Amino acid sequence: MNFNYSEEQSLISDSLGKLLSDGCSQATRRSLIAGDQDHDPEIWSALGELGMLGLPIAEAYAGVGGTAVDTMVAAIEFGRHLSLEPFTASVVLGGGALQLAGTEDQKNAFLPGIADGSKRAAVGFLEPESRFDLSSVATRAEPDGDGYRLSGRKAAVIGAPSADIFIVSARTSGTASDPDGLTLFLVRPDASGVEIKPYRFADGRTGADIVLENVPVAASDILGPKDKAADLIEHIADLGTAALCAEALGALEKIIAMTTEYLKVRTQFGRPIGEFQALQHQLAEMMIDFEHAKSLVFEAAMTADSPDAPIRKKAVSAAKVYLGERGRVICQNAIQMHGGIGMTDEYELGDYVKRVMVAEKAFGDTDQHLERYARQMA
Amino acid sequence: MDINYTPEDEAFRTEVKAFMEAKLPKGLSDKVKAGQKLDGEDFMLWQQILGQKGWLVPRWPEEHGGCGWTPVQVNIFDEEAYLAGAPRVLPFGVNMVGPVIIEFGSEDQKARHLPGIARGEVPWCQGFSEPGSGSDLASLKTAAVRDGDDYIVNGQKIWTSYAHFSDWMFCLVRTDPNAAKKQQGISFLLIDMKIPGITVRPIITFDGMHSVNEVFLENVRVPAENLVGEENKGWDYAKFLLGHERTGIAGVGGCKAEFEKLLEIARIEKKNGKPLIEDPLFAVKIARLEIDLRALELTNMRMLSGSGTGLNGAFPSVLKVKGTEVQQRIAELQMDAVGVHALPWQQAAMDPAWNGDTVGPDYAIPRMPAYIDRRKATIYGGSTEIQKNIISKTLLS
Repeated sequence: MNFNYSEEQSLISDSLGKLLSDGCSQATRRSLIAGDQDHDPEIWSALGELGMLGLPIAEAYAGVGGTAVDTMVAAIEFGRHLSLEPFTASVVLGGGALQLAGTEDQKNAFLPGIADGSKRAAVGFLEPESRFDLSSVATRAEPDGDGYRLSGRKAAVIGAPSADIFIVSARTSGTASDPDGLTLFLVRPDASGVEIKPYRFADGRTGADIVLENVPVAASDILGPKDKAADLIEHIADLGTAALCAEALGALEKIIAMTTEYLKVRTQFGRPIGEFQALQHQLAEMMIDFEHAKSLVFEAAMTADSPDAPIRKKAVSAAKVYLGERGRVICQNAIQMHGGIGMTDEYELGDYVKRVMVAEKAFGDTDQHLERYARQMA
Repeated sequence: MDINYTPEDEAFRTEVKAFMEAKLPKGLSDKVKAGQKLDGEDFMLWQQILGQKGWLVPRWPEEHGGCGWTPVQVNIFDEEAYLAGAPRVLPFGVNMVGPVIIEFGSEDQKARHLPGIARGEVPWCQGFSEPGSGSDLASLKTAAVRDGDDYIVNGQKIWTSYAHFSDWMFCLVRTDPNAAKKQQGISFLLIDMKIPGITVRPIITFDGMHSVNEVFLENVRVPAENLVGEENKGWDYAKFLLGHERTGIAGVGGCKAEFEKLLEIARIEKKNGKPLIEDPLFAVKIARLEIDLRALELTNMRMLSGSGTGLNGAFPSVLKVKGTEVQQRIAELQMDAVGVHALPWQQAAMDPAWNGDTVGPDYAIPRMPAYIDRRKATIYGGSTEIQKNIISKTLLS
């Protein structure tokens, strides 16, 4: 076993950390949000030039051909610096989906663009009524001539407002939450019948509900197996979940660093509050939880590419559950130890907390992943 | 011992229900139930309605407008008010400065201030915390220097809830910087927010809301007649006041109403095709929470009815710790209950004037902001850490 970054991974971490710490200040983020942009074009193109947007994409499609561990190393930095750039949405989820299941034509059409940043993809699996069950799909694909017509609604699609292509799940047969009968489709945002309802997530990233009404799609826009996409959908979601967990890890590391610093500089009762044992123990517990979360995030990344579904699902769900529960407590205690200042919008702690909260909920909450883990044990 | 309500209590409950039905404006309760933003006028409107009925200050002595209700009746009233969707009664006049003036104020102060509080006409705020004095409240630095018939006040207060619409502020100031103990040099002043030298600056919390403020005091001339009790005895009055605050801070009535809302959401939301409330994982969490809430309610009743333990003065601390934990847990489960709908940040839609589009069910909109908001409950009014210090000190002394 080896848990160290390779030389290349250290390079990813260093160069990305440098780029984002220079270009991703709170002021920049807030002006992007106020200006209704989901990313900074300069940062985005710099990410493309550094090869970050092609990390998980094969060299044959102008990518770097990296592993999910490389992706994790990058995602930690995106979380640590609260980058709004749709790396996880477009590169990890969109790129991952096309790479796992795309035909040559589909890969050639999108992967080089995703890798150089000129194209962005977004993945819509959840629906307003599905809670977090990826198989609970009410969106229907009805045969229409050589193709299909899609009708339904996708919820909480990360990165949707600026995407050039959507990858959505729809039902080609079966009902309710039947895992059989699911198919993935490529849908262009400008296709007739597509309505995008944009918003931001709590952490400032863009998302949208996508309403589909009789949207025409060609048979060649099916991604992966027809009727049998349930396993593929879970695998794509696992790639995204592993990256979201890594983002949360980066944010939590910063939260603990901010709290540690605060305990040193804030004085009450004539001494730094870090001298009070009640707070020392809370801080120690944060670090204990953080280190264990980190181990599980590493394992999730090391198995996220694995075709061995039970092993992958357990590792990814374990990381999600651990971060969901302990990450929430770390955030709560960080706010508590900061006192009033931790509640303010101006101080950056809340921004980090929101990033962790979104990571906790996106692609399945703690209960969802606890149940999925338990099912793998049966 | 008897766990049941008496027939008199039940009759009282019926009376309160009827009052809520008749007098609580629907526009107001709709806002509260939808978790929308409330402004100063919303809060004060309800306080005036209660004031007109004579029900705003039930625990005050009857000569000053109190109702002579038993602790059980006070509780019944709180419960029914929250269940009906009434806004919370702001505690600053009613439960904080009011009792202090009654206990320690001059006859002039009583005549001047108590009627306005009891009628719900004068909003108050609390000038205690300072940037360098949070948990260590007694280290406060805002200075009041005697000059003829006035005190000249200079300094800064922070986390001052609702200062932006308050007419008066009760304020802890340092009158003796050379006192042997820092607690001994503090006085308790009543300050008219409209006099020159006072600047209120909003603090936006990271749920996107504005309820707290910074208050800057620059050469503010406060008439010496606004000193409560004796100079340099302010800390004693503050301790008396915080004891009063903490009994309300458990917020049992609000907890019960919010718990009902949690159940309501969990009955509507579906998981695996069934109501969320039937999901074993979620049901267990709700069950644990309801047990905690019941324990809190009964403990609050025991304290109010004087059935204390060896904890004596630390009993309010016990309730503050548990009550705020329960408040936080309810907000947490409400957020978890709405599932994927918690993700869109639609804080702007919590403004009643909002007329844009939203996604997801309306009840989901305030859930993540409310979860964030409740984190402050274990910080304000003496943080959980400070309450635990008080409890253990009482036990060990």
